[in-house]
Amino acid sequence: MSTVSEPDRVEKAEVSQAESTTDAVQHQAQAKLGELAAKHTPVPEDQREPVLRLDGVTVSYSGAPAVCDVTMDVFKYQVTAFIGPSGCGKTTLLRSLNRMNDLITGATVDGSITYHGHNLYGSSVDAVEVRRRIGMVFQRPNPFPKSIYDNVAFGLRLHGMKDGLDERIESALHKAALWDEVKDRLKKSALALSGGQQQRLCIARALAIEPEVVLMDEPASALDPIATQRIEDLVNDLKRDYTIVIVTHNMQQAARVADMTAFFSVDVKDGGHRNGVLVEYAPTADLFIRPADPRTEAYVTGRFG
Amino acid sequence: MTARRRWRFGDVTLQGIAGLAAVGLAALMVLLVYEVVDQAHASLSEFGLGFLTSSVWNTVHDEYGAADLIFGTLVTAGVALLIAVPIAIAIGLFLSELAPRALRTPVGTMVELLAAIPSVVLGLWGILVLGPFLNEHIEPFMIAHLGFIPFFDGFPSPVGLLPACLILTLMVVPIVASISRELFSSVPGDLKQGAMALGATRWEMVRGVAIPQVSGGLVAAVMLGFGRAVGEAIAVAQVIGGSLTRPENIYAPADTMASRLAAQYVGTATSLQKSSLAYLAVILLVISLLTNVAAQVIVRRIQRRMGHR
Amino acid sequence: MSAQTNPLVGHGGRARRRKLTGQVMEALATAAAVLAAVVLAIVLVTLTKRALPAINVDLFTQNAAPFGQTGGGIKNAIVGTVIITGIATAIALPAGVLLAIFNTEFAPRRLADLIGLTLNVLSGVPTIVIGVFIFGLVVVGRGQSAYAGALGLSIVMLPLVARATEEVLRLVPSHLREGGMALGATRARTVITVILPTAIGGIVTATIVAVARAAGETAPLLFTTSIFVGTTVNTDPSQAMASIPMVIFTSSEQPDPHAQQQAWAAALVLVVIVLAGSIAGRLLSLRTRRQIEQVR
Repeated sequence: MSTVSEPDRVEKAEVSQAESTTDAVQHQAQAKLGELAAKHTPVPEDQREPVLRLDGVTVSYSGAPAVCDVTMDVFKYQVTAFIGPSGCGKTTLLRSLNRMNDLITGATVDGSITYHGHNLYGSSVDAVEVRRRIGMVFQRPNPFPKSIYDNVAFGLRLHGMKDGLDERIESALHKAALWDEVKDRLKKSALALSGGQQQRLCIARALAIEPEVVLMDEPASALDPIATQRIEDLVNDLKRDYTIVIVTHNMQQAARVADMTAFFSVDVKDGGHRNGVLVEYAPTADLFIRPADPRTEAYVTGRFG
Repeated sequence: MTARRRWRFGDVTLQGIAGLAAVGLAALMVLLVYEVVDQAHASLSEFGLGFLTSSVWNTVHDEYGAADLIFGTLVTAGVALLIAVPIAIAIGLFLSELAPRALRTPVGTMVELLAAIPSVVLGLWGILVLGPFLNEHIEPFMIAHLGFIPFFDGFPSPVGLLPACLILTLMVVPIVASISRELFSSVPGDLKQGAMALGATRWEMVRGVAIPQVSGGLVAAVMLGFGRAVGEAIAVAQVIGGSLTRPENIYAPADTMASRLAAQYVGTATSLQKSSLAYLAVILLVISLLTNVAAQVIVRRIQRRMGHR
Repeated sequence: MSAQTNPLVGHGGRARRRKLTGQVMEALATAAAVLAAVVLAIVLVTLTKRALPAINVDLFTQNAAPFGQTGGGIKNAIVGTVIITGIATAIALPAGVLLAIFNTEFAPRRLADLIGLTLNVLSGVPTIVIGVFIFGLVVVGRGQSAYAGALGLSIVMLPLVARATEEVLRLVPSHLREGGMALGATRARTVITVILPTAIGGIVTATIVAVARAAGETAPLLFTTSIFVGTTVNTDPSQAMASIPMVIFTSSEQPDPHAQQQAWAAALVLVVIVLAGSIAGRLLSLRTRRQIEQVR
């Protein structure tokens, strides 16, 4: 590279000016996240009660690891968010918490996941019982082609919770903030509801069987902003009675709803194989305002996508 | 300039010929219905709808009625469906849900091979292998244990309703199974996962979500199977015994509309007999048109619903 | 932390019942598939066992023996099937391809749907009724002929060829169509010089499958080409002609063990032809699909 010419010098000046502008923008974004997160009052460390404990958990598909060596606890009555770029195994890890990965041939889970001390993958464990206690809401609303009533009743009928069916359904729809909108048309098809309503119906359906934990895989990503807002408000309400783990690609959403946040990132090994790793797990405000790991800071300040 | 004009002419010509083919198809259908009804005309005007309720089939008196044949057709097709449909749906489920990936193609191919066996070969197997086997081993067993039911009490026979029912079952299973398999594979994965996430066993998911989701298609598949069973002439003619009287039990020789038609049409004694056989063809045609159109309507409705989602 | 207090293990009758029901149903589904495989195996094995003694060179080089005599083969039936099926293909193939072209290139949506519906309905008409139709149309007054039989078979083949060809034509990516037209070629030229060659693999496959199906049909031949002099090879399509399915059908009814043996042998030959055609069709269709995908 020869002597720097005039146009190059001007360009360099512009670039450094842009950089400092970018810095300012990033710090502004981070501050905003911190502001949102500060509204949470996470339970102090000594009072946290772990519901799910993960120790050295690696989930692989046909031998290829998707997310490696995760060690963390999910605490009762807290909202825990999994954030991070796409491809870092957040959803894979989430699905291993209610054994939904069992449905994928070749999926294996190494390490230990315990629920109140009991191994989730123990030899005598029935996945059906696991899923009754650890429910799931999916990215795209997936109501059954049945009436609203029958959608909520589905799980109840499966697990023999048929006494007081009507009351249970009403209660579940109340908790999902959907009752007022559907109380006059319970027998109508669930497919006639709007996207946001369908998602709340799926939440009601999951809540009806009285789980302890509710897993949510980007529950608002297919919804418009207003519907998204309602889901987030709902999550804030639900954490009084349920333990929630939510995967989200939206940092502001995590800041708004989560007490604890786990940041995942992609690790590229020699040979080019990529897998996800847990980088940092902390109360949300701490993670956003004072990230301990440089990768977290880079992600949180938006330095990379 | 001349080249382009020539090819525009070619364009019109292709469209013309292709259109002619379409018109030809329509003409074929119309001609088919017309010709068959025309052949049945004498019998239609002689016997009218009474043909359907009369059990007489007498060439000496030149009097004909299809009641026994309708009975035979309904019993053989009905029993065949009764056995074939659950088995076929189970196979469809097996292929789409249960089978390990490596097994899917071989088993699927095997089901299609079953469908490809010509009916005359199945009929041959029926007369020379299945019939004698039923006669010697199965029917005595059935008479001994099920004989308290009147229709299941009788004497063993190598030809009769039972072999016909079983051969038709063999023909209906592949049809319903391959349609079922396609239907179950089309159930959105989201729906299945939603059910599993609520703690359903795989069977509970199938029963509660998958089957209701595809129930319309299953009905269409059953209709197509029924149409096939009703219309099969050759294999049934080979194993059913061609009896002129109504069978007293499931082992006795009997006859169906299609097999009577196959057996008697070529060497008829009187023109009224031939016309009456053509009347049978009209009934078969009507049944096949109704079941096929109904099945198509269901399929269109399902496709339209899918397009909406 | 004993198993008794482990909430993840299913307790109580209900949990056990649900698990058991699930396992039973899965076992039943597997059993159904096994049953189908077993039945197919039984049919094919007994067929082969009984036919094998009669499989020899004579079978293919001799005509049927005069009634009551042993020996002889099915040469005349094989020749007959080839000719009859060949004529049927010559009718059904162009007609089916033209129908498919009409549906994909020229017909408005609703008309194409109607034609598709008609083809489906036609394929559901019992073949014995088609036999009656052709009999009244062609045989009455003229006598039986291979042409008549071929006409009946062509009606069976038509929906198969037309539907499969339409599927392949629709697979051809639109950029090929548009490309041809953009260069100034007319629709006809585009179809003939661009689209058909791309789809030719699929059309060949469809034809093979249709031929395999038609070769095994008996009912359309029963009234149209069944009365023949069975001991010579006839190559005149205006006369009735022997055919493999008819040989099986008539021989199967006779108590004569020699005739039955011939029937088994003919059945094996027919099954080999039909199964080979079906399998070839499937393999080819997979290959064609892959080829067209690459053109995309």
